[in-house]
Amino acid sequence: MDLRKARACILRVGGTNCDAEVRVALEELGLRSDVLHMNWLEKGRLSEYQLLVFPGGFSYGDYVRAGAVWGKKVLTRIRRDLERFVEDGRLVMGICNGFQVLVEAGVLPGGDGSFSTTPRAVLANNKSAKYECRWVFLRGEGSQTPFARRVGNGETLRVPVGHGEGRFLSESEGVLQELIRSNRVVFRYSRPSGEPAKGAYPFNPNGSSYDIAAICNRDGNVMGMMPHPERAFFGWQAVGYGGPQGPADGRKIFEGIIDYIMEL
Amino acid sequence: MMFLVKAEVGLKRGHFDPEGDVVAKSLRDLGFSVGSVRVSKAYTIEVDARDAAEAKALAEEMCRKLLANPTKDDFMVEVLLIEGRTD
Repeated sequence: MDLRKARACILRVGGTNCDAEVRVALEELGLRSDVLHMNWLEKGRLSEYQLLVFPGGFSYGDYVRAGAVWGKKVLTRIRRDLERFVEDGRLVMGICNGFQVLVEAGVLPGGDGSFSTTPRAVLANNKSAKYECRWVFLRGEGSQTPFARRVGNGETLRVPVGHGEGRFLSESEGVLQELIRSNRVVFRYSRPSGEPAKGAYPFNPNGSSYDIAAICNRDGNVMGMMPHPERAFFGWQAVGYGGPQGPADGRKIFEGIIDYIMEL
Repeated sequence: MMFLVKAEVGLKRGHFDPEGDVVAKSLRDLGFSVGSVRVSKAYTIEVDARDAAEAKALAEEMCRKLLANPTKDDFMVEVLLIEGRTD
């Protein structure tokens, strides 16, 4: 589709952040983006968009659990619209708190149909008991998804994290194995060499099972990730920036989104 | 009738509790001789129900739908008192 006709919706509620950064990143690549409070998302309006982003932050104060309140609100207010959006093959990305929201809503990992009736995973407190706010290495493993199509399998990206609850745990070993078997682990925390962190701190910042930093749904059009690609878009945002250079690594994720939309 | 119900949500047995570990260490720093600490969250909820059994069932549903995540949490529900009754 003509990119000039496509639009992205970046949802926000009280406590979200980096919505503006996501918008700048997308608009830099030519995708017009609306930052929209969920209360303004009238019934049916989602169909105007090709991409929906749940940004990071601390929605509703992270009360109950990170992402839990917003996740349930998504189900009560826009469940049908969101299901249709996903079934249509449009893209949904949850970043950090947005990933927690998608998990709490049962969108990720998802069920046999589309969403699961109860969450089948959780982003639990970091094993370090600290708020981990720093740059990490990610290993691309999901180049079949639109989000990572510009990232080769085994390629290493540097992107920052900023979270206290990022330890991905699945409902059962079976759910984890299914994610791995079906190539739905999109990014893993790694060592600088690209070797998976295998749980070793500080490379795996939170103790996630299988070093999981990002997963996608069965069809690959919904992805949740704990790291913030919008904080690693321009070269001058990159760690150790010392002057003019190419873009930062997170840009590849946004470029993958743009490629996909142009093919719609 | 209004009932006061307590719902306590905590990590399942065997799940690592980083917050509990930090609390245990801090208590030891203060000179207390403590073993492990597990942190849980208690919600005191006014529930409109026909009887205590229904109030308990409703609070359990609240835990399943919002307050607990079944991947890591267990919960326990207790009816504390019925509005206006002290016996």
